[in-house]
Amino acid sequence: MEMRFKILRFDPEKDDQPYFRAYMVKAEESERILDCLNRIKWEQDGTLSYRMSCAHGVCGSDAMKINGRCALACQKLVKDFHGQEVVLEPLPTFKVLKDLLVDLTPFFRRVDEMRPFLIASNPPEQERRQSPEDRKKMGEAIRCILCACCVGACPVANENQNFLGPAPLVQAFRRIFDTRDEDREARLKQVNYPDGVWGCVNHFECTRVCPKEIPVTKEINTIKRAIRQELGEEQSE
Amino acid sequence: MKHQHDVVIVGAGLAGLRGALEVVDGFDVALISKVFPTRSHSGAAQGGIGAALGNEEPDSWEWHMYDTVKGGDYLTDQDAAEVLALDAIRAVYELEHMGVPFNRTAEGKIAQRGFGGHTRNFGEAAVKRACYAADRTGRVILDTLHGEAVRRGMKVYSEFHLLDLLIHEGRVSGIVVYELATGEVHVIHARAVLLATGGFGKVFKTTSNCFANTGDGVYYVYRAGLPLEDMEFVQFHPTGIHGLGVLITEAARGEGGVLRNNEGRRFMEEYAPTIKDLAPRDLVSRAIMTEIRAGRGIGGSDFVHLDLTHLGKERLTEKLSDISSFARIYLGIDTAEQPIPVSPTCHYMMGGIPTDLDGRVVNENADPVPGLYAAGECACISVHGANRLGCNSLADLVVFGRRAGKMMRRELAELPWPTLPAAPAQRVEETITAVKERTAGERASAIRSDMHRVMTDLCSVYRDENHLQSALEEIRQLKERYRSVSVDNKGKAFNTDILEALELESLLGIAETIVLCALNRKESRGAHFREDWPDRDDREWLKHTLIRETGNGVEISYKPVTITRFQPKARVY
Repeated sequence: MEMRFKILRFDPEKDDQPYFRAYMVKAEESERILDCLNRIKWEQDGTLSYRMSCAHGVCGSDAMKINGRCALACQKLVKDFHGQEVVLEPLPTFKVLKDLLVDLTPFFRRVDEMRPFLIASNPPEQERRQSPEDRKKMGEAIRCILCACCVGACPVANENQNFLGPAPLVQAFRRIFDTRDEDREARLKQVNYPDGVWGCVNHFECTRVCPKEIPVTKEINTIKRAIRQELGEEQSE
Repeated sequence: MKHQHDVVIVGAGLAGLRGALEVVDGFDVALISKVFPTRSHSGAAQGGIGAALGNEEPDSWEWHMYDTVKGGDYLTDQDAAEVLALDAIRAVYELEHMGVPFNRTAEGKIAQRGFGGHTRNFGEAAVKRACYAADRTGRVILDTLHGEAVRRGMKVYSEFHLLDLLIHEGRVSGIVVYELATGEVHVIHARAVLLATGGFGKVFKTTSNCFANTGDGVYYVYRAGLPLEDMEFVQFHPTGIHGLGVLITEAARGEGGVLRNNEGRRFMEEYAPTIKDLAPRDLVSRAIMTEIRAGRGIGGSDFVHLDLTHLGKERLTEKLSDISSFARIYLGIDTAEQPIPVSPTCHYMMGGIPTDLDGRVVNENADPVPGLYAAGECACISVHGANRLGCNSLADLVVFGRRAGKMMRRELAELPWPTLPAAPAQRVEETITAVKERTAGERASAIRSDMHRVMTDLCSVYRDENHLQSALEEIRQLKERYRSVSVDNKGKAFNTDILEALELESLLGIAETIVLCALNRKESRGAHFREDWPDRDDREWLKHTLIRETGNGVEISYKPVTITRFQPKARVY
């Protein structure tokens, strides 16, 4: 079938303003939107830039706005857009560097600030023991691929650049609820501020768009509950 | 721009990151990655990491070593297999200590499951050896090692592409890289270079590999006149989603999934009576192709079914959720209700840059090249021989990545600063200018899709002299066509167009070595199957292939296989 694409283009070397450009592509129903993008780039217009790598939703490179919704181009199929025009734009909230490519440096910096590593002393000779139930607590958070769809979709993050954002909070959750970690209290305190965990006001957009189906909002609320229970009056809502 | 670092590591997957952790304290280390580190392809590994922990049932490292040797069809260097099997145990505990969220047994130990070719008591029956975190084991190990890199404040050059390896008079002096954001070419002067650039499955059309897997590091070693080892051994994973090539982990069969043909028959019972669907990948891929050729593909077509419907929803959700979501997203299939259409997909390269057990790159005389190291899929130790076993690759990455890092650390004490060649970036800059200035030329994508067709049609699971000869002629014609490759994008910022054109040089160069080595090896062993030479021939061919560009053409030579404990015998499962 013939598909019509409208892609928001911007080249910092040439353009003052972004603009839409239209492309027609032949595609099979079962193909991915990423396949169509590649076909445009490879056969029609090599100046188009975007990120991609694994092409099956495990690396997190090709997050963008597809018909108004943040998603991975490798997870959306042609048949999902039957007959419609497909509009591709860069992820909102972030600074556009070129075409569909955005500056994720501030995003990764916030993830790194969550200290995404285990803090624990004196490991035994073999593995630490952890019950399957305890392991299960982080079972959904470990799916995060840092694609930033959630931040792009978050109404709070769109308005307030200081909001820590959903993905960094999922990273915090991942360690707060790892029973092997010994820095739980400090980790709770670290996100306990108005633009931290309390910045979330339950729009649930992150949960709706997450390509790995992580219950992001639920995890954020679980952190809030832990802060209320464990830090008591210290909470800075 | 020129930079200087004691150590430069190219590739931020598991091997590169694990190697880096050995040198980051005490040396100035730079990590170069084509993609943001957590996008590295190690993250796509699903099923598990092999180590004889014996958490679920009795196991021993000797059995693991034996399986690795037999799985590699006796081309595996047995000293390397011994290191792998022994050290994997320590490595998995270390990963757990770093925080990898492994699934757990009821007693809280690391959970383990069955995987292809892993057996108890030297082949008696399948054994549970793969330590796993659902079906995203590579992903969580990558995140964990990256977290360690963050903790230690590692300097990372993200979205920098390797474009040249500076080797002069047998000594490496650094690398030349391209900065995606600016189009600027940088020279990094270094005392030691560790290549951890991964595989090169993008030589083939249908592959589980990511777009970044173009084998740049491997090709630049070859271009510098150093040998590559065992390039004919290309692994086709039996269960790629039909048409797409997206991987469906072997753990699906480890958890009890079975392959079925158009009669609904579990055909692996005939090909591997003892371990059936958990036979090694080369065997299962050939079995699938044999079924398809005999007209027993589903609906007479070119795929078979992977049936997980009897595993139950809970097990699929707990242990195989990612692949279940792939089936749902790409095929609209509920794995609890319907079988998955699968066919072999190019997955892993057993061959690569020859190294010793400590990651030192060696030349055709087995002498180390001072300052140059390689680890991971780009390297050939050779610990996987003619066919890698599933879940041995993650073990390889962390075991031999660490060893390479340790050896680098030891040698750095003595390694002086090498002299950079005059105008080190000249060749790269001239190439980029030439490609950009060419007005009447051909797009890289046209040449690349012809390469994909040639390699997939003529040099895959089944091979023979005639097809390989045609493949060689065609690849050489494509190399000719490549001389007039051109790009639409002449800009500097985020010009992925020019990078794809430059990567194609690596892909074509590597494709030629694969075909040449496949033509040369007149026997069938592991993943290399010659229909005109269907038997393994230990008298003539129990040896590694080395291929080298001498300046006066291509030269093929050989290297003996290290055999310590296990004498070659017939490979039956």
